Amino acid sequence: MKTIYKRPEVLTDAITTYCGGCGHGIVNKLIAELVDEMELREKGILVWPIGCSVYADKYYKMDAICALHGRAPALATGIKRCLPDKFVMVYQGDGDMVSEGMAEIMHAAVRAENFSVIFINNAIYGMTGGQMAPTTLLGQVTSTSPYGRTVPAAGYPVNMAEIMANMPGVCYSERVTVNTPQRITATKKALKKAFELQFENKGLSFVEVLSPCPTGWGQKPMDAMKWVDEKLIPIYPLGVFKSPEEVSAK
Amino acid sequence: MGDKVFMQGNVALAESAIRAGCKYFFGYPITPSSEVPEYYARRAEEEGLVFVQGETETAVFNMIAGAAATGNRVMTATSGPGFSLGQEAMSFMAAAGLPAVVVEVMRPGPADGEILAAQGDYFQAVKGGGHGDYNTLVLAPCSVQEMCELIQESFELAEKYRNPVILLSDALLAKMRENVELPGRKEQNCDLSWALTGCAGRKHNVMTTCGDGSAQWEKYNLDLQEKFAKIKANEERWENYQTEDADIILVAYGSMARVAIGAMKLAREAGLKVGLVRPISLWPFPVKAFEGLGDKTFLVTELSAGQMVEDVKLTVPHKENVHFYGRLGGIVPTPKEIFEQIKKLGVK
Repeated sequence: MKTIYKRPEVLTDAITTYCGGCGHGIVNKLIAELVDEMELREKGILVWPIGCSVYADKYYKMDAICALHGRAPALATGIKRCLPDKFVMVYQGDGDMVSEGMAEIMHAAVRAENFSVIFINNAIYGMTGGQMAPTTLLGQVTSTSPYGRTVPAAGYPVNMAEIMANMPGVCYSERVTVNTPQRITATKKALKKAFELQFENKGLSFVEVLSPCPTGWGQKPMDAMKWVDEKLIPIYPLGVFKSPEEVSAK
Repeated sequence: MGDKVFMQGNVALAESAIRAGCKYFFGYPITPSSEVPEYYARRAEEEGLVFVQGETETAVFNMIAGAAATGNRVMTATSGPGFSLGQEAMSFMAAAGLPAVVVEVMRPGPADGEILAAQGDYFQAVKGGGHGDYNTLVLAPCSVQEMCELIQESFELAEKYRNPVILLSDALLAKMRENVELPGRKEQNCDLSWALTGCAGRKHNVMTTCGDGSAQWEKYNLDLQEKFAKIKANEERWENYQTEDADIILVAYGSMARVAIGAMKLAREAGLKVGLVRPISLWPFPVKAFEGLGDKTFLVTELSAGQMVEDVKLTVPHKENVHFYGRLGGIVPTPKEIFEQIKKLGVK
């Protein structure tokens, strides 16, 4: 019988700690599929963040390190500069990257570090219990913006994929989401492109994934999927903001 | 051994680190340590080194953690304000078992402070400036020659225990030029089966400092404590000068030890029996250096308001016999100034 689909080999038997309806689990599985398909398991190092994916090192049979909060791009810089021929993937959430670690991601982009960064944007702090993030929408209620985020108190949401596209050291920047099967397929394609570019030494490749957080948003999983369409995408539009073709055309 | 040269402390240290096989340097400029990154940058091409100037010391200390995780010899050099920013990663590296070497060139704090010699970062280096229960080896040279030898040894100790090592310098040692015989080339020779290199042909390696429940994390901590106990038992380093017949014993390290030796000579010439205990390892503190000296009077001299003096008091049986003299702000006392303090103790 022909095998059409099987559990990715790189995955361990560990059960993830993600909530039902969360986007992390989907992205984690896409990464596993790509590691298998691209044969990256034995030549890769995964750099995990502090946040909901803090235990992700347990899910893959791959060399991995869990960075301090916000510092994954700096830690990955140390790894990649020592092992320039290896595959290095950085995975960060929005609190981790855009708040605690804004300097580290910006300067990894400034230095055109040759690694791939996957950015999970769910517009909230998940692990610490639903606090406001720099990516939280205006008016969005969180435990630290109980009456909704306002500009005088907390300023504006941050569009990372667009910001990264403006950095000369970034060769690829795309925003995707995982709230429909088609979009999951598109996300896999984006991740694959980011991983492939790493071996061309053109600089940092960046994929932002809008990810539902039913627990943090106080919604049912299906409603959270809809909320991505209704609220997140108008502020965080999907699309390719920089492609390597543009880079080489310059 | 290698070449005899007349060289600045920071430069001689950097050259010795390169000769120790430290090919990776991540740094951020800060007085009085900047000649170290400058030297690495200058020598990068001919020696095949990797030099990265990071955006902050916060990032730099995480970069050396990443480089150390690949099993390569790696170093940074900084001074107080930068060392403070590096503390979260010091805690991380101690927890994750990462053998990076950190050169801390002390200048007077607190905060921005001044840029001359000081020893006010003793607590931060020795007691663990970051969060949680951890220790790092701390080595304190008192000459450019000793700095060259200790920096090479720092890499070996870091790898032996898989723990960060701090080489505690100060602005005087760093900026001073001395005759020095540069140590020769050293090869890395240690087990690297734990390193992150891609798991070809072996089980995958995972490094995480995120606990998985209190029971697991207590066990993890107890294992760390066991390692620290081993370091404590094996790695005390010190030098004692004329302590056997002494009535008064000076205790000083780093640049201050050189002043103390001058003061000791003045006192001996005046007929006072004065000796010196010079700690070389500050953590572990050289408890054994004080064996058999229990009844003596001690004068601890530091370029601080009194930090190492606490460890001396914890070590000797009669803490009422421990006296202190320190200067602050970057002022280094003269041997005569210390001699005057010795006379005040009134011991015949």
